[in-house]
Amino acid sequence: MPERYEEKQRADIGTQEAEALPGSDVLQAEAGGLAGTDQPARSLWSDAWQDLRRNPVFVIAGLLILFLIFISLWPSVVATGSPYNCDIANRNLGAESGHPFGFDSQGCDVYNRTVYGARASLTVCTLATLGAAVLGTVLGGLAGYFGGWGDAVLSRITEVFFGIPILLGGLVFLSVIKSGSVWPVIGLIVLLGWPQVARIARGSVITAKQNDYVQAARTLGASTGRIMLRHVLPNAIAPIIVVATIALGTYVALEATLSFLGVGLKPPTISWGSEISTASQQIRNAPHALLWPAGALSLTVLAFIMLGDAVRDALDPKLR
Amino acid sequence: MTALLDVRDLQVEFRTREGVAKAVNGVSYDVAAGETLAVLGESGSGKSVTAQAVMGILDSPPGFVTGGEVVFQGEDLLKLGREARRKVRGERMAMIFQDALSSLNPVLTVGFQLGEMFRVHRGASRAEAKARSIELMERVRIPAARERVNDYPHQFSGGMRQRIMIAMALALGPELIIADEPTTALDVTVQAQVMDLLAELREETGMGLILITHDLGVVADVADKIAVMYAGRIMETAPVHDLYKAPAHPYTRGLLDSIPRLDQKGQELSAIRGTPPSLLAIPPGCPFNPRCPRAQDVCRTDRPPLYEVTDDAGRPLAGRGSACHFWKDQLHDRP
Amino acid sequence: MTSPEVTEAPPGAPGGEAILEVRDLVKHFPLTQGIVFRRQIGAVQAVDGVSFDLRRGETLGIVGESGCGKSTIAKMLVNLERPTAGRIRFKGEDISRLSGRALRAVRRNIQMVFQDPYTSLNPRMTVGDIVGEPYDVHPEVAPKGSRRGRVQELLDVVGLNPEHINRYPHQFSGGQRQRIGIARGLALRPEIIVADEPVSALDVSVQAQVVNLLERLQNEFHLSYIFIAHDLSVVRHISDRVGVMYLGRIVESGTDEAIYEHATHPYTQALLSAVPVPDPEARETRERILLSGDVPSPANPPSGCRFRTRCWKAQPVCAEKDPALDVPPWFREAKGAVAHPSACHFAAEWEDEPGPGRPEAAVGPGAGR
Repeated sequence: MPERYEEKQRADIGTQEAEALPGSDVLQAEAGGLAGTDQPARSLWSDAWQDLRRNPVFVIAGLLILFLIFISLWPSVVATGSPYNCDIANRNLGAESGHPFGFDSQGCDVYNRTVYGARASLTVCTLATLGAAVLGTVLGGLAGYFGGWGDAVLSRITEVFFGIPILLGGLVFLSVIKSGSVWPVIGLIVLLGWPQVARIARGSVITAKQNDYVQAARTLGASTGRIMLRHVLPNAIAPIIVVATIALGTYVALEATLSFLGVGLKPPTISWGSEISTASQQIRNAPHALLWPAGALSLTVLAFIMLGDAVRDALDPKLR
Repeated sequence: MTALLDVRDLQVEFRTREGVAKAVNGVSYDVAAGETLAVLGESGSGKSVTAQAVMGILDSPPGFVTGGEVVFQGEDLLKLGREARRKVRGERMAMIFQDALSSLNPVLTVGFQLGEMFRVHRGASRAEAKARSIELMERVRIPAARERVNDYPHQFSGGMRQRIMIAMALALGPELIIADEPTTALDVTVQAQVMDLLAELREETGMGLILITHDLGVVADVADKIAVMYAGRIMETAPVHDLYKAPAHPYTRGLLDSIPRLDQKGQELSAIRGTPPSLLAIPPGCPFNPRCPRAQDVCRTDRPPLYEVTDDAGRPLAGRGSACHFWKDQLHDRP
Repeated sequence: MTSPEVTEAPPGAPGGEAILEVRDLVKHFPLTQGIVFRRQIGAVQAVDGVSFDLRRGETLGIVGESGCGKSTIAKMLVNLERPTAGRIRFKGEDISRLSGRALRAVRRNIQMVFQDPYTSLNPRMTVGDIVGEPYDVHPEVAPKGSRRGRVQELLDVVGLNPEHINRYPHQFSGGQRQRIGIARGLALRPEIIVADEPVSALDVSVQAQVVNLLERLQNEFHLSYIFIAHDLSVVRHISDRVGVMYLGRIVESGTDEAIYEHATHPYTQALLSAVPVPDPEARETRERILLSGDVPSPANPPSGCRFRTRCWKAQPVCAEKDPALDVPPWFREAKGAVAHPSACHFAAEWEDEPGPGRPEAAVGPGAGR
């Protein structure tokens, strides 16, 4: 409490001095002196980065995500063997030396399958989220900013998309494509996921653009691009980040469901989703086969939610 | 005149994430029946929070009444139970807010909302409630009340909506009305109409009126006596004429001086320097000391009590008090 | 401080050339129905034929109640809204139809100070970025290396600590934030500043600081102000000339003395009489004109004189003939401040009016009940 008062006092004294000395020559000299000793210029992004570096939540989430990216790129470094090296004799066996996670219903090593599953799962959920978030933000943001008939059309389109049951849409779409790789799954999720983001982005852009600081920038003659990037977007991004991080978790589950239904990823592609689907049928005999990929999945979703939370807070100067 | 409402040493704090904000620090004032007390203060002075604590509508948490008494007709309201307190509101004291549009429910007709008071509190029938609503609307001078009773709030202008709010406050015949910046959102010409209506109704019913405002002009027009608040404290109390003629606190003086006057045209206005303190960090001693032109060392260490203001012969001046160590100098405008 | 003789230069005096000329300015906002296929069903006549001049170095006050169109005028002057009709000439050049580079150049010269210090500053930008943004938009004004110094200089000029350049708006009080807004408005060294209710959101004790600052800056940088407010006493203090608006039109204009001491338009008289005076002695003696009813909708204004529906002097001619904003013929020979433009068929000073026909303006507390 006392320190806070001191700080406040100092801040006040700054104004009072200036108030007391309306003759600005004296002050000008003072300002010249100050300019030399001052700290470097800062901006929202550099301040946010400073804040994030010191935020343990961000550091932990960041390290986790880096680690996940690492094992998706080079699974063989972490794995103890091939995920396809299965022996039905080991069916549903528990943990043993060299096989820390035990075996699944096909007699495959759960540890290796989990490690090799990271690539597909991570690719699908991050790229799908990124795609949906970027597409949704751009379309929703433009519609919200410019309004008019484009906005009306977009609003109708999002309503149409909201009417499509996501699983049914997935079944139809993917049974036509039939490739079994990650790309059609990502495409589908982006296609069905962007309207949700767009709706949020549109709303928060409309709120942000009504502020006087947007008008102030216009009176300065700032370009539309500048206004959107500097004034509207930073003030509209927080809800988008929240929606995107929550969507990330649901997209992993969606991928698992689609794989389970036989239209998503197909063997030999390994994903956490498909592992969970298979193991969930054997939950009574071999719960560990479900536990490990599900745990990895939860950890991933948690890491991204923590990341999103930390970034959102860092972008709000009031919370610093 | 015995006091209708007597607030004694009221303390309210807000417990927030940033710390404890002491919004009200020992405020005492009283108002008698038929009297208008103006509580004058800037934003953050605690004037509205005091009123909310008196009404018992403080959001809790984060706000907590931590001390003091609110004696209304001889009874300490802070000691009453929740249900008994609720009965006091509306029936015996009522409040009028600044924003009439958000205080009225937009999907119900004005007549329904007025009539609800009679149905809920008095068990009136529908027809009876409607008749009373029309009567109330006529009392607050809403033209064509009979035709407009079934209109919705948005169909009324700002001034008319504020009248409806006043009607609602009057409905159950309260002995005290607290008006929190009732005309701030209104245009000057409408403001005058609404203030006149309030003053007239007060005379008619003999109720007490607490007017919370930041506008020195409005205060001069309608108040009988004034309590000036700053940083959760009373800085000065005085009958209205005395306060404008010879304020006994440098803050009051500063406020009066910062109003542009005719003879000051082309000159600098005499402004109070600095800004009001944060309630999280109220300066020690007199809260006004960092901005005060009279501040001495004693002001930075000793918190001045509300001194009784006396004339030269030492006789107390009725109703006058000043929380300034140097009130004598200020009263006589000595340096 | 310039001497009062200079600030109150009469028209035609040296330095009295018009820097901004506004002629027959009109802004109608269409009222539409339907979502995809819009039909226009009417128009809100926010501003309907407004003309005035702003001379170099002077302050023109515009007063009026909410919805009278004063803020719309401000927006048109700084090109946030396009006029439906009429001209805005800055140093002789019509700026209301400009676009692209020419518009940007003009914008440098006319800047705005906003009402609400809480929404007019981007909460996610540092003070340095906010005040320096004009230089990003107009890089020709200040070379990159010098910008930071200039921003600090500006902060200093408006009475803020230049060291606070890396702080965010929420770390400042309302009055300090308004200073930041003023610093941003000054950055491009404009010749005209349009201030839309610059002090009405501030506390009483801080208002005076900001008014003083604006006056000091005017003298230091030879600025011309358009000062829009509903607070008549502040407008009187700062303005050289005043225009009174009602329902999209200027109904009376003149020097501050003409408007405040010799008002001849009934609306101005009513407006002035309604202002609470911070003097309890006055409540026994002062006369108040209480207007009946509300301001009509600007979507459907009355014919003829727009004030006639609330005017105690209204005659049949008021509904038929729209009074022009001109010095009334019967005052043309008059000496002094009474000879000023007033858009009323029966313009007269309050004191000179005959008893009958006056509204029920009584004397004393609760006058006119």
